[in-house]
Amino acid sequence: MENKNYTPVFDDNEMKTVEYHKSKYPAQMAAVMPLLWMIQEKYGWISTDAMKYVGDLLKLPHDHVLGVATFYSMYFKKPVGKYHLQICTNVSCMLCGGYDIFNHISRKLGIKNKEITPDGIFSIEEVECLGSCATAPMLQINNKEFHEKLTTEEADKLLENLRNSN
Amino acid sequence: MEKIILKDIPDLDKISVYESNGGYAAWKKVLSQMKPEEVIEEVKKSGLRGRGGACFPTGLKWSFMPKGNEKPKYLCCNGDESEPGSFKDREIFEKNPHQFIEGALIAAYSMGIKAVYVYIRGEYWKWINIMEECVSDAYKNGYIGKNILGSGYSVEMYVHKGAGAYICGEESSLMNSLEGKRGYPRVKPPFPAAVGVWGNPTTINNIETLANVPEIINKGAEWFSKIGEPKHPGTLLFGVSGHVNKPGVYELPTGIPLMTLINDYCGGVKNGKDFKMIIPGGSSMPPLTKEESLTMKMDAESLKAVGSAIGTAGVMVMNEDTDIVHVLQRITKFYYHESCGQCTPCREGCGWMLKVLNRIMDGTGRHSDLDLLISVAENIEGNTICALGDAAAWPVKWTIRKFRKEFEAKIKEDKTGLPAVNKVHGLRKSEEYMTISDHTEQVKVEKLMGKVQELTQNEDVKRFSS
Ligand SMILES: Cc1cc2nc3c(=O)[nH]c(=O)nc-3n(C[C@H](O)[C@H](O)[C@H](O)COP(=O)(O)O)c2cc1C
Ligand code: SF4
Ligand code: FES
Repeated sequence: MENKNYTPVFDDNEMKTVEYHKSKYPAQMAAVMPLLWMIQEKYGWISTDAMKYVGDLLKLPHDHVLGVATFYSMYFKKPVGKYHLQICTNVSCMLCGGYDIFNHISRKLGIKNKEITPDGIFSIEEVECLGSCATAPMLQINNKEFHEKLTTEEADKLLENLRNSN
Repeated sequence: MEKIILKDIPDLDKISVYESNGGYAAWKKVLSQMKPEEVIEEVKKSGLRGRGGACFPTGLKWSFMPKGNEKPKYLCCNGDESEPGSFKDREIFEKNPHQFIEGALIAAYSMGIKAVYVYIRGEYWKWINIMEECVSDAYKNGYIGKNILGSGYSVEMYVHKGAGAYICGEESSLMNSLEGKRGYPRVKPPFPAAVGVWGNPTTINNIETLANVPEIINKGAEWFSKIGEPKHPGTLLFGVSGHVNKPGVYELPTGIPLMTLINDYCGGVKNGKDFKMIIPGGSSMPPLTKEESLTMKMDAESLKAVGSAIGTAGVMVMNEDTDIVHVLQRITKFYYHESCGQCTPCREGCGWMLKVLNRIMDGTGRHSDLDLLISVAENIEGNTICALGDAAAWPVKWTIRKFRKEFEAKIKEDKTGLPAVNKVHGLRKSEEYMTISDHTEQVKVEKLMGKVQELTQNEDVKRFSS
């Protein structure tokens, strides 16, 4: 997938949510994180134009928004696959085979860390501890669902289900 | 043993179930019968200490907040929970979220706070949704909002979603993140009670700390202070992971023997193996050897006595086959990734330590590397804005000290031809380097030292090194 910029717009409903987020904090700069989340939910990743858009909504310098967006690892500054698999390899997962899961999926999909499959369906990322150490090894999909106590067979099944539901 | 937080009541996350099991009674009692100072006094007497890692006395922390109302005051609830090996706050969000909310409200009342922010790590998508629903239910039932239950006291509560940065668990970084900035820790002093979020007095508490508060109000400080170890009373949510048969979160009194936790509750080490190393409180805490573990009691003071700490009570168990060097390399990679980059010792030091550990793992390590690692760690420790620097340094320093043989076994031959004792970088603190027996080593060192002296005569070098 090419690294296309896009120009975001929020509709009236979304603008209400923007106002709600602004009302939560005594200074509207604080709404920058919730607004970046809204952008990512809607478009899948955060383009430079989207950062400018958030800056304009909150009357913040564009470079401030850029600074925030680049600080936090869960904000995607580049497109990711439709299913972005975030595989934990931190200590507890590593002890229970986290790297086996990572390497298995990587080999199976033919992509390395932070790469996307040519069809744009999958991307993978090696991530730090996700607070699921007792049910290691595990992965998260698109910053959302956890898949815990994985085996390579289950990982295969998961990939297949995702591909079929596509 | 009776549990304070993870009670065996199904559906306790539903507000009606929570209420019918005595939920929000403490909140009603506080609003109708207690003055703010009395609440703080009760929590002080209970001996409750913070569960976020530093074990700071909670009542004392609350008493640091200014009494007047000239400025708005804030409470930040720390649910960032990103320390590798920690997954206990997640259990509270899932199993007993209202008890945490109730505790946060009581804390807010005791300090005259007008707004509470619950900061939850962005990866906890599911638990953020649960919390948002619970907060909204508590609003509906009149426990949060304006003039609560006719008491005249008003407070708001908001959930704030993080976006993947371990450092945002550090309290001053959390405040910057909440303000909509990069999560850079702040230089202290000023402390949050004086200048916190948006420049106003702020208290930061861990989720588990606050979840203990309602029961302290219900059953009294004395009841609480008699549970577990007197100097660190109450229960802890031990999160056990790694090579055990039944990993999970176990709520047990402080001071429980580590071996009881592992053998009786977690079903022992997997596949009948022996264990080699245990990290007692999340990856930042110095590890325990098998010998230390056998007699260790799990509370702040007992662990402090052997130079480790209870941290977040995230216990990571490693069996006899574990590659300790690989574990340390992975831990260091984490801190290198998570350093915010403000302080040179932390930013560069973590990178150096990782590079050295990488080469030891690759089989190209040098004999001097182990002392080099310790000296880099010692030069990070205490020289940084926040404790992430220490958190990165401790595992390196202590794992090498306690498991040196494992590291030496990976550096069988030194392929670099560099002197074993590298005087040039001048970082070594140990005294051993004064006794060089090997003459050729000595010559190499002298040659290199000569080269350095030559260089320092150079005008450019002088300019940059003065
Ligand atoms: C690098 C770093 C990360 C931290 N992460 C957390 C965390 O995820 N959760 C937490 O409660 N405390 C964390 N802390 C500790 C907080 O700074 C703070 O001490 C704690 O939230 C205070 O709450 P307590 O007094 O209730 O323990 C962290 C500290 C450091 C230095
Ligand atoms: S010690 Fe590390 S994480 Fe903490 S402020 Fe300095 S550079 Fe940032
Ligand atoms: S180490 Fe993987 S979830 Fe904690």
